[in-house]
Amino acid sequence: MITDTSTFNAVSSGEFEHPDTIENQAFGFWIYIMSDLVLFATIFATYAVLGHNYAGGPTGKDLFHLPYTFGETMLLLFSSATYGLSMLAMNKNRKDLVLRWLFVTFLLGLGFLAMEINEFHHMILDGNGPERSAFLSAFFTLVGTHGSHVAFGLIWMSVMMGQIIAKGLSAPVQSRLIRLSIFWHFLDVVWVGVFTIVYLMGVM
Amino acid sequence: MFGKLGLSAIPYHDPIVMGAVGGSILLAVVILALITYYRKWTILWKEWLTSVDHKRIGIMYIILALVMMLRGLSDAVMIRSQQALAAGMSHGFLPPDHFNQVFSAHGTIMIIFVAMPFMVGLMNIVIPLQIGARDVAFPFLNSVSLWLTTAAALLVMVSLGVGEFSKAGWSGYAPLTELKYSPGTGVDYWIWAFQIAGVGSLMTSINFLVTILKMRAPGMTLMRMPIFVWTVLCTAVLMVLSFPVLTAALAMLTLDRYLGMHFFTNALGGNMMMYTNLFWIWGHPEVYIVVLPAFGIFSEVVATFSGKPLFGYTSMVLATMAIMVLSFSVWLHHFFTMGASPNVNIFFGITTMIIAVPTGVKIFNWLFTMYRGRIRFTTPMFWTLGFIMTFTTGGMTGVLLASPPADFVLHNSLFLIAHFHTMLITGSLFGYLAGYAYWFPKSIGFTLNEKWGKRTFWSWLIGFCLAFIPLYVLGLMGMPRRMVHYDNLAWQPYLIIAAGGLALILIGVLCQTIQLVVSIKERHTARDLTGDPWDGRTLEWTTASPPAVYNFATTPEVHGIDAFTDMKEKGITYLKPDRYHDIHMPKNTAAGFVNGILSFIFGFAMVWYIWWLAAISALGMLVSVIIRSADDDTEYTVPAAEVERIENLHYRELATAAAMSRPTGE
Repeated sequence: MITDTSTFNAVSSGEFEHPDTIENQAFGFWIYIMSDLVLFATIFATYAVLGHNYAGGPTGKDLFHLPYTFGETMLLLFSSATYGLSMLAMNKNRKDLVLRWLFVTFLLGLGFLAMEINEFHHMILDGNGPERSAFLSAFFTLVGTHGSHVAFGLIWMSVMMGQIIAKGLSAPVQSRLIRLSIFWHFLDVVWVGVFTIVYLMGVM
Repeated sequence: MFGKLGLSAIPYHDPIVMGAVGGSILLAVVILALITYYRKWTILWKEWLTSVDHKRIGIMYIILALVMMLRGLSDAVMIRSQQALAAGMSHGFLPPDHFNQVFSAHGTIMIIFVAMPFMVGLMNIVIPLQIGARDVAFPFLNSVSLWLTTAAALLVMVSLGVGEFSKAGWSGYAPLTELKYSPGTGVDYWIWAFQIAGVGSLMTSINFLVTILKMRAPGMTLMRMPIFVWTVLCTAVLMVLSFPVLTAALAMLTLDRYLGMHFFTNALGGNMMMYTNLFWIWGHPEVYIVVLPAFGIFSEVVATFSGKPLFGYTSMVLATMAIMVLSFSVWLHHFFTMGASPNVNIFFGITTMIIAVPTGVKIFNWLFTMYRGRIRFTTPMFWTLGFIMTFTTGGMTGVLLASPPADFVLHNSLFLIAHFHTMLITGSLFGYLAGYAYWFPKSIGFTLNEKWGKRTFWSWLIGFCLAFIPLYVLGLMGMPRRMVHYDNLAWQPYLIIAAGGLALILIGVLCQTIQLVVSIKERHTARDLTGDPWDGRTLEWTTASPPAVYNFATTPEVHGIDAFTDMKEKGITYLKPDRYHDIHMPKNTAAGFVNGILSFIFGFAMVWYIWWLAAISALGMLVSVIIRSADDDTEYTVPAAEVERIENLHYRELATAAAMSRPTGE
């Protein structure tokens, strides 16, 4: 699945990338993702503890607009699907399709981020920023940490598009695309947790 | 332009601090001058600072640990002297403000910048060699980890002369660490040093987890690994799962302080107890992180110097795994008195008592290993014996503290301080010092002077007893921790004895230094020609001392536990292969070192609110990572002919040693 024909082809093109290396890199990255999951779990736990400390300020019901959150969710979920298409293209060694689907993924992710920044912006303008109450601190931090991970993923994605253009689908490039894939899907999973626990449960 | 930084940040008015700063700067200048005089800058840069070789990185970690230990011990000297003097009418020499910084720095430095680097250094040197690998899974990441840790240590050192350090203890409880109660730079230095070092540690744990699981020599199944490898594996799991909790907790405190949020504040809904919980969810696994590898070292040492296989290998593995799992179930015992319900306290009291059991299993296994063995009383063995006796006793005080009613009396008393110092010193530190003595010949190429090694041990052991047994008594007499002054004159004699104990420990440190100097002078007669000075049992002893850059010319095949002993018994040691192959090794790179410097600048800028500098250095770190990833030329080849030349050199040394008497390890 991970070490399939296309990466072996890349190895024969003169790279020193041992097949083992790619597997080790993916495995190591999975372990990093597990540690990131613990990081998010900690922030989720903090949100659970502080999530009702409104300090006389607004609650989730007052602030969240579910249709808007649904829009963000669709953007992110589709971006995962398009990244999957990009990886399928990589396995067929179709550099052009890889770039195209990566670019679409990037746009969808950027759209998600723009919607989120917009939401934060309006909340802050209305005086409901993270310094208003513990609930809002936890909200901004949990959603914001996810958002910063998305932003970092977008930077990584742009670097990858640059590397594909410059070097083609070499073994190291493919290895990095695999790791970015794990990262991007992981962000999707965390988002499912976020919109369930923060938004859906927040307006109940 | 420079945020909060100004000339007033330097504590001109404090003679003690200025003296320490002056001394440190002088020492640094002397070292730089010596390097220049002996023209070592090129070698330093090419072979050490830019190295991605686990053996070199390990040595640098240990150097960091030993240097920081001097700083941590200086803090200890200040604490002990102040407490020995400040009884009744006398108020000692340290103002309370300063005293609080001293004990906060002492704890932070000893755990994060002595114990962790010492342990990671030994892991680095030994693990790839013990599993028959050429390096760790991610050599570049290894270099990044080292320099992040060093940058964080530098932040703590700089806080002495520029600004102040935290006064809120090494655990940094809220709301004391919130901006309202600690408006200065101290807590920020503490936060960023912890945070940067924490990232380095997390990367290390991922590195070793993948290394151990994926890069073992053929035939080395999990149940044939040396016990040290098992303990490091379990430690790595603990680190991967616990450090993110610390990262998140510190990040939230940072957000409180920098952006006015309310996670742990008094006002607007914050919950300070949440900080305490999160800190100790990391904090308790952390202490097992620093002790498990030490247990692993003791297992190696006991087996080697009893001339027998370790007793109860399987139960040792199971006990280690049990400790790993259980260490996540006990954290509340650090704050029984915070006010949880009796049921909650009972649960954690029980789990805390249960976790003592697997350690007991280990003690018995070590004792049974020694039983009917042919014991050789080398320095590492001395450390082990000292550990077994004192650690067991100190461990029992832990079981005593595990009982919530008892803890209600003893929490935050000197009894607690004595307990955890017993665990950390006789457990972790003795283990690392045993590892240092045991693996020094492998790493450097000559054995250490045994006479001075034993003097070091006795000074430390007796000094430790003198320093901490009085503290157990004082705790039971009711003396709390962290006191800058006290009125109960009955306490003073004990504190004076404790100060005397510390003096003896310092003599131990002196003996260790003398040992190094003497050993270097005598290195030509103490050369380890065979690579196996102790008649070892595991794979690292099959290599030369120090090993070639690639460790093993041909990957060894493993057929059982104690792979080298297995080979010795079958008479198949030091076999020459038919032919040698090219070996691909990772190239040295400045990227890790540069990243470290940038992280130091970032931390410093964040402490002083120099936002533009923080942004630039953060961007710089990102750019350096991107540049590194674009580099496809990261390996070099050691040609087969060169491998053969290096190996033949070692075979000649083996022949020379065989012509002399066979080394017995005494």
